[in-house]
Amino acid sequence: MSRSILGVRTPLLATAAIAALAAALASGVAYAAGADLGQATQQATNWTAIGMFGIFVAFTLWITKWAAAKTKSAADFYTGGGGITGFQNGLAIAGDYMSAASFLGISAAVMVSGFDGLIFSIGFLVGWPIVTFLLAERLRNLGKFTFADVAAFRFEQTPIRLFAASGTLVVVAFYLIAQMVGAGQLIKLLFGLEYWMAVIIVGGLMMVYVLFGGMTATTWVQIIKAVMLLAGATFMAFMVLWQFGFSPEAMFAKAVEIKTGLATTAGKSPEEAAKQGFSIMGPGGFVKDPISAISFGMALMFGTAGLPHILMRFFTVPNAREARKSVAWATGWIGYFYILTFIIGFGAIAFVLTNPGFLDAKGGLIGGNNMAAVHLANAVGGNVFMGFISAVAFATILAVVAGLTLSGASAVSHDLYGTVIKKGKADGASELKVSRITTLCLGVIAVGLGIAFEKQNIAFMVSLAFAIAASANFPVLIMSVLWKGCTTRGAVIGGFFGLVSSVALTVVSPAVWEVTLGNAKGSALFPYASPALFSMTLAFFSIWLFSVLDNSKRASQDRAGFLAQQVRSETGIGAAGASGH
Amino acid sequence: MDDNLVRQVTAHPSYQALKSRRNALGLWLTVAMLVVFYGFILLVAFNKPLLATRIGEGVTTLGMPIGLAVIVFTVVITVFYVRRANSDFDRLAAEVQASVAKKGGRS
Repeated sequence: MSRSILGVRTPLLATAAIAALAAALASGVAYAAGADLGQATQQATNWTAIGMFGIFVAFTLWITKWAAAKTKSAADFYTGGGGITGFQNGLAIAGDYMSAASFLGISAAVMVSGFDGLIFSIGFLVGWPIVTFLLAERLRNLGKFTFADVAAFRFEQTPIRLFAASGTLVVVAFYLIAQMVGAGQLIKLLFGLEYWMAVIIVGGLMMVYVLFGGMTATTWVQIIKAVMLLAGATFMAFMVLWQFGFSPEAMFAKAVEIKTGLATTAGKSPEEAAKQGFSIMGPGGFVKDPISAISFGMALMFGTAGLPHILMRFFTVPNAREARKSVAWATGWIGYFYILTFIIGFGAIAFVLTNPGFLDAKGGLIGGNNMAAVHLANAVGGNVFMGFISAVAFATILAVVAGLTLSGASAVSHDLYGTVIKKGKADGASELKVSRITTLCLGVIAVGLGIAFEKQNIAFMVSLAFAIAASANFPVLIMSVLWKGCTTRGAVIGGFFGLVSSVALTVVSPAVWEVTLGNAKGSALFPYASPALFSMTLAFFSIWLFSVLDNSKRASQDRAGFLAQQVRSETGIGAAGASGH
Repeated sequence: MDDNLVRQVTAHPSYQALKSRRNALGLWLTVAMLVVFYGFILLVAFNKPLLATRIGEGVTTLGMPIGLAVIVFTVVITVFYVRRANSDFDRLAAEVQASVAKKGGRS
């Protein structure tokens, strides 16, 4: 069981009685967010999967070549020329958001603890309506290339861009590390190759996609990956339901029966075994402490609305109408996907946990619990289909990493170089050059960090990225767009407070202080799983306070600029056009 | 955007309608989403037995349809907003844009 690539604590979720809350939450956050794929044991080399992945790579490189011919200006690089339709963008957003571990991790979580897995899925979905109602159209109407364009619309450019670029780069850095380490662990499991190979392959391909194909190539990599992932997961869920005559009750009953049987084998009395078997049908050990649950929920919900690589996608469509259509499609696909992973998790209980071919000597899953979906693919579709699912799971990381790199590169070239250093006077060609240099640097840094963090417990990293996005980027964005009284000073101070407090509180939380840094259990200063409840509140409060207290000349300019900003954000009059921007 | 244009737009009745309707709808739907999601989380935190109650003869519990309903609700209100916006809000925005373009052309 300690082989779990979700980290050794995951199996404890099943038996909440012995799971310390902190550890349970830490691992829960990890697998849901797709951060920590933990330490994995290398499997036998899987040539089918490698071959399928090779086909995917060849196809995406061909697309990159096509995209490269179209990527001439900075606008092409940042937004693919703004000509992507709402439907395409919706798929790309879904492709950006459905990470390898929300596929492997959530299906594993459902297999281990049933209903608790559903709680994660819901948390990851509920941010999307918020993006739709409050941000999508306004982002498109106000912005050009990065979310900083929107946040800085009526403010003094330099300070707010410095803040937004910091917010972007910090979120991107944590997310990237998580993805690189995840890729390294996954390649051992899925392809049977060495860790370092994954880091080099992912880093290298990501650089090629972004460097030559910019947003166009990145978008198509994400669309293809989304279609493959949705198609593969649909087939698996269909096969599972088909076995049960499309009766969820029959599927649940079988799962409970198997879990009860496993508990009996483990030496439980009949009543205890029945209780444990039935426990997958209701909430278990995940939410013990309501503050952590609410705080974690806030990080997921509002973090989604503050992720720079997601926000950037709204500038790739021609207008506000397509922007809102894209979120509707994205929400639909992502919601559908999470329902599929739930069925896949229960399918894994029924067809994987009972099949000795998928179990090791100790009765655990070969390769750990994260292999649930991969083994199930084998059970329902044979070896070739399993190769396909493995290739899709790995390709998923590439799509996410490409989007992250692009948004990091845009923050450097458009916000820092173009606006802060060149004061908005940089020409497109030199901005494009800076973004390409930044892409190369980010690629090298990502590979370096991927190797440096190989043995580290990085369970907290994606949840930290969400918490920072919710506590720094989101409050500044929403207040600058919706609140007339917001000033440059308020936004910058409040945003940095949110950024610093979310990082600091995460460092002194159990997941980092005790699990990663190895301090004594119970010594963490901040007892909750996520800082968002506190850091986000602090950010909103300080934006308000420092704006209200701001009597500077700039502040009156900021407030006076609100009306024009509002007109543009509501009507799109004066908004950047589709191609020229 | 010059002050004159801003004044024109803000005085337009369709702009007023657009702003108030969109903001009201966005606000109410946001509140609805918050209530549903945190309601669910609080139910998980404080009333686990309710969610683990069997619905009928079988093993299916109340938590399953509730969880599924939260997912479906999330998608449905998003689509609901987008449909409203695509018809109602876009029409109002187009009216404002048209009137501005007309006046802009004359001056």
